[in-house]
Amino acid sequence: MTGVLAIAEHRRGELRDVSYELIGAGRELADDLDEELHVAVISGQVEEFARSLSKEGVDVVHTVPDGAEFNHDVYTQVTEQLADELDPSVVLMPNSVNGLDYGPAVAARLGRPLVTDVVDASFEDGFVATREMYGSKVETTVEVDAERVAVMIRGGEWPGATGNGDTEVREFEADIDESAVRTTVTGFEEVGGGDVDISDAEVLVSVGRGIGEEENIELIEELAEALDATLSSSRPIVDNEWLPKNRQVGQSGKTVTPEVYIAIGISGAVQHVAGMKGSETIVAINTDPNAPIFDIADYGIVDDLFDVVPALIDEFEG
Amino acid sequence: MKVLVTVAEVGTVEDDFEIDGAAIDERYLEYDLNEWDDYAVEEAVQLEEEGLADEVVTVTIGPERSEETIRMALAKGADRAIRVWDSSFEGLLDVAAKTEILRAVVAEEEPDLILGGVQTGDAMFGATGVSLAAAIDYPWAAVVNDLEFDGETASVHRELEGGVEELTDVETPAVLTIQTGINEPRYASLRGIRQAQSKEIAVQTLADLGLDGLDSDLRLTEMYEPEVESDATVFEGNAEDTAVQLAGVLREKGVGAQ
Repeated sequence: MTGVLAIAEHRRGELRDVSYELIGAGRELADDLDEELHVAVISGQVEEFARSLSKEGVDVVHTVPDGAEFNHDVYTQVTEQLADELDPSVVLMPNSVNGLDYGPAVAARLGRPLVTDVVDASFEDGFVATREMYGSKVETTVEVDAERVAVMIRGGEWPGATGNGDTEVREFEADIDESAVRTTVTGFEEVGGGDVDISDAEVLVSVGRGIGEEENIELIEELAEALDATLSSSRPIVDNEWLPKNRQVGQSGKTVTPEVYIAIGISGAVQHVAGMKGSETIVAINTDPNAPIFDIADYGIVDDLFDVVPALIDEFEG
Repeated sequence: MKVLVTVAEVGTVEDDFEIDGAAIDERYLEYDLNEWDDYAVEEAVQLEEEGLADEVVTVTIGPERSEETIRMALAKGADRAIRVWDSSFEGLLDVAAKTEILRAVVAEEEPDLILGGVQTGDAMFGATGVSLAAAIDYPWAAVVNDLEFDGETASVHRELEGGVEELTDVETPAVLTIQTGINEPRYASLRGIRQAQSKEIAVQTLADLGLDGLDSDLRLTEMYEPEVESDATVFEGNAEDTAVQLAGVLREKGVGAQ
């Protein structure tokens, strides 16, 4: 029996890390159910992908060669057909930008309850998930009253599968209804180029929502100058166009690994942390002692940035 | 062309709060227009100002309290609003239940374009728009941060991870989920706020929409504050004291050394 059907993710010829995390999570759930873990990889170089996905704990990899790149209409149709054939207890998908573009449609088409952005899960008497709410301020337990569920997992929460396994590879012949493919991907665009590459900086002074007003950015620029550091920011600052896109650290911006990362007025939402947790030393300045940024900080100051930053500038310029 | 915008009222939590059962204690909650939906409303209003849309209608699933939030969307330029509420609603309305409600509203309104935020700031599910699109058989695109519309095809950018955008053409009628940063949401003007008072908010129950009852398969059974795993060295004292201590650490790391 197929306990779990996990759908791998790739982009522009490469499997994304979450594919291996889906195997990790999928194996745990399949063990809870005492059933098999199947992985499907759709579009692109599927044979090559299948070799990489043949990890310990994966019983079968299904290859579906239709299409070159991700197209949600193709992914939705194929996943629906695979689920109809395999009847897994769990259809497991990534809570990525592309996952959000087909996972909810799969759940709707299959009539399965959907749990998204899952950070922990088990399937014993029933499916139970852990999710965050209110910008990661709280965690919640969600129980599902159904034997068949659709689940989307957050990246970075499960260890990625490593050991190679003795996995069977099967080609799945999907029946694609071309008239139901109503979106066309016409290309990709790299954004955030320009005058500076924050991923090269050794010291980053990073500013977040706590700065309040555009004119206050100047204060942080002054600090960056005093520390001979590069200025970066979290998403809201770029959304407000207070700094250009090439300064954005996080999931949709740049991933940075400087020697020192100073987060000022940044709460530390998971999307931001994903882009800077590899920094050597992390310093956080924030008024909220419970802000998640302190979970990953090495040094912290719980105080008003408008008091601390001027004092810090004095220290280096005085 | 008619644009339907899904507008949610979300709870925002203060820094210090208490949990009551499996929910935030009401005393620590404030209610506001969902940040992502604010961008969706702005995008719709701009389509109307450009002459591409004739009418912008908002739909909200929410209790009477949410009318304050709905008036905010009306003050920003939406023409009229629908609010769906039923005395049978309790606990969590899951994606499938919201989809059923919105499907019934779409059947009545027959919009040409449906816009909604990528997610709500409180539950952070991020699924209703695409689920709705599948249910009503509209084309869709999720996590859109740029939109150009020629009346037939929506040319969008989808904001992928790592500073990459996917360029996609979507046939319409369509559902688009809108990412923050796509535009600059306006503040409601005094005139807009005054006008909003006389705009229609049609309240509908499940029976009005021809729906029987809705079952949610998801139950929120626990809520708790995550364990703090911080092993950060937190500097104590006033701002001058902490700045001196931090400066010491930074100098050790070679920061500021010329």
